[in-house]
Amino acid sequence: MAEALSQSSKMRLGRLAIYACLVIVAVLYLMPLWVMVTTSLKPLDEIYGGSFIGLPKVVTLDAWRAAWSQACIGTECTGLKPYFVNSLLMVIPAVALSTGIGAINGYILTKWKFPGANFVFGLMLFGCFLPYQAILIPMARTLGLLGLAGSIPGLVAVHVSYGICFTTLFFRNYFVSLPDELTKAAMVDGAGFFRIFWSVILPTSIPIIVVSCIWQFTQIWNDFLFGVSFTSGSSSPITVALNNIVNVTTGRKQYNVDMAAAMIAAIPTLVVYIVAGRYFVRGLTAGAVKG
Amino acid sequence: MSTLEIDRVRKAYGHLEVLKEVSISIGTGDFLVLLGPSGCGKSTLLNMIAGLETITGGEIRIAGKAVNDLSPKDRDIAMVFQSYALYPTMTVRQNIEFGMKIRKVAQADRGRAVKTASDLLQITHLLDRKPSQLSGGQRQRVAMGRAIVREPKLFLFDEPLSNLDAKLRVDMRTEIKRLHARLGTTIVYVTHDQIEAMTLATRVAVMKDGVVQQLDEPQAVYDRPANVYVARFVGSPAMNIVPAVLEAEGATVTAVIDIANRPPARIAGITLSPEAVRRYAGKKVLVGIRPENFSIASGDIPPSLTIDFDVVEPTGPDTLAVFQLGGVEVTARLPPKQAHAGQEAALSVDTSKTVLFDIDTETRID
Ligand SMILES: Nc1ncnc2c1ncn2[C@@H]1O[C@H](COP(=O)(O)OP(=O)(O)O)[C@@H](O)[C@H]1O
Ligand SMILES: [Mg+2]
Repeated sequence: MAEALSQSSKMRLGRLAIYACLVIVAVLYLMPLWVMVTTSLKPLDEIYGGSFIGLPKVVTLDAWRAAWSQACIGTECTGLKPYFVNSLLMVIPAVALSTGIGAINGYILTKWKFPGANFVFGLMLFGCFLPYQAILIPMARTLGLLGLAGSIPGLVAVHVSYGICFTTLFFRNYFVSLPDELTKAAMVDGAGFFRIFWSVILPTSIPIIVVSCIWQFTQIWNDFLFGVSFTSGSSSPITVALNNIVNVTTGRKQYNVDMAAAMIAAIPTLVVYIVAGRYFVRGLTAGAVKG
Repeated sequence: MSTLEIDRVRKAYGHLEVLKEVSISIGTGDFLVLLGPSGCGKSTLLNMIAGLETITGGEIRIAGKAVNDLSPKDRDIAMVFQSYALYPTMTVRQNIEFGMKIRKVAQADRGRAVKTASDLLQITHLLDRKPSQLSGGQRQRVAMGRAIVREPKLFLFDEPLSNLDAKLRVDMRTEIKRLHARLGTTIVYVTHDQIEAMTLATRVAVMKDGVVQQLDEPQAVYDRPANVYVARFVGSPAMNIVPAVLEAEGATVTAVIDIANRPPARIAGITLSPEAVRRYAGKKVLVGIRPENFSIASGDIPPSLTIDFDVVEPTGPDTLAVFQLGGVEVTARLPPKQAHAGQEAALSVDTSKTVLFDIDTETRID
């Protein structure tokens, strides 16, 4: 009896330890966010007055306003707004195109196999492991030849070609689990290549489409290296502009504006995760479509 | 006129020859079953008829027209797949209508066709469900409905019952047979289940390693198997194949079979062609006897063999009795309670049903 009691109290102790651990780790992870949020809401004088971690004494949205529409990036004092728009103009077509092409690639590689299909897939997989840095110079040359250097369409092209490896991998692995008889049945029904894709394959692929979109969106939105390498001045994406705000300052460093700017740059990916996140997990774990 | 002619058709994947000169021809309204073990090329052949696989050599003709270069939709066929292959995101109605929509059949006609087919298959109440909400048997019916509305010259079935449990399989088998009787459409049906072949077919093609071993009516395949392979594959329990020596006795032969510790069995009065009698007299052959062709000897007919039963397995309607004959294990199907383990018994054999095979080529001797 006593033994059983000590057994259960031991278990409770273990549970407590686990929760304590989780709380500590969570606090550690949330600490920077806390600092960012509070700092962005403080006037600059209060920050320089020494209050870094505590709650703001005076709450003001001035820093957010400045980051959005007034902060100076290089010589232009437009805030992040135009660069936010740049990033949207880049990310939307890039995500749509890379996901669309990945879907068709995966469809061909699984349902319309040709001799050497696996070899081609292997080559595409290889692309997933190419470091960004390795393709910078060839890519710059290619964009120059295409007349797309320094432009948003150029950046879209870079992200699409780099992203296709990943999206093809996603879709190929998803479609491999769809029975081939599905395509055969549709062929007997008289459907052709695109009809089967649209009417039979794509409708079963919502989870993996969501996965591909989230993945591509975060990759492309957060990318800095391609942005800084292949664009300049007013065509830069938001990550490059953020870097300019933070690193290039005259006079006192405006911590509150920097923090607000960083959060503005992070909001879209957050929103995407919150809106579609549960599909993300579902899509990653989804197996064959039953039925 | 034959609806389907498969004329010396071959199929190879690279160097792997999957089908070797297959020739089959069936008439309108026939129910052809391609029967064989897994991997013998049945599905490949069916897919070639459907146009889902290319034809390496030979020609396939449907209603007299060569279809080698036609795509599936132009072959006037419909197919039911092993996994049913229902479109998972479409309702039953949309599944059945899909092909008609592609062929641009008018909406009113589509509705009528769906109604007729769903009435016939008793799935009218399921029309608005998704495939994931259906049981195996219901999915099977939907798959057949999708095929029926096509009104094809030829139905192709690829192991349509193998995903169902035993009870449902028997029910659906009857259903398919009834459907064939109602519609009268020619059917090619693939299975590895010899009972399905026997019950459904008007013609059976027994296949092995990409070669058709025998093409005949089911009863003929059962009674007169072309070789030892077919004899063993069709029928359950399988036909007993026992080594023996032939003795000529006038126009007939007697098969003499050794029995351990007993006088040899003498199965007399097997009829053969005079030529075969000459050729095989005194030679070793294989004798094929179906389990049900043994009986307990009675009356004035002298028994063919006397043996001791090893194992006796009552099945209800009859009893399977196992004993040693010619060095192999042999099964006899006897009426209930006629056999007991360890018991000595005198048996006779229905020689009109006995078949003989060449010991080297394993083909039937006539
Ligand atoms: N695409 C393919 N490539 C290579 N070999 C194949 C291919 N499809 C089938 N085969 C081979 O052909 C043989 C016959 O296959 P199949 O027709 O599916 O047999 P069954 O339907 O009788 O079980 C098998 O040995 C199989 O491995
Ligand atoms: Mg098969």
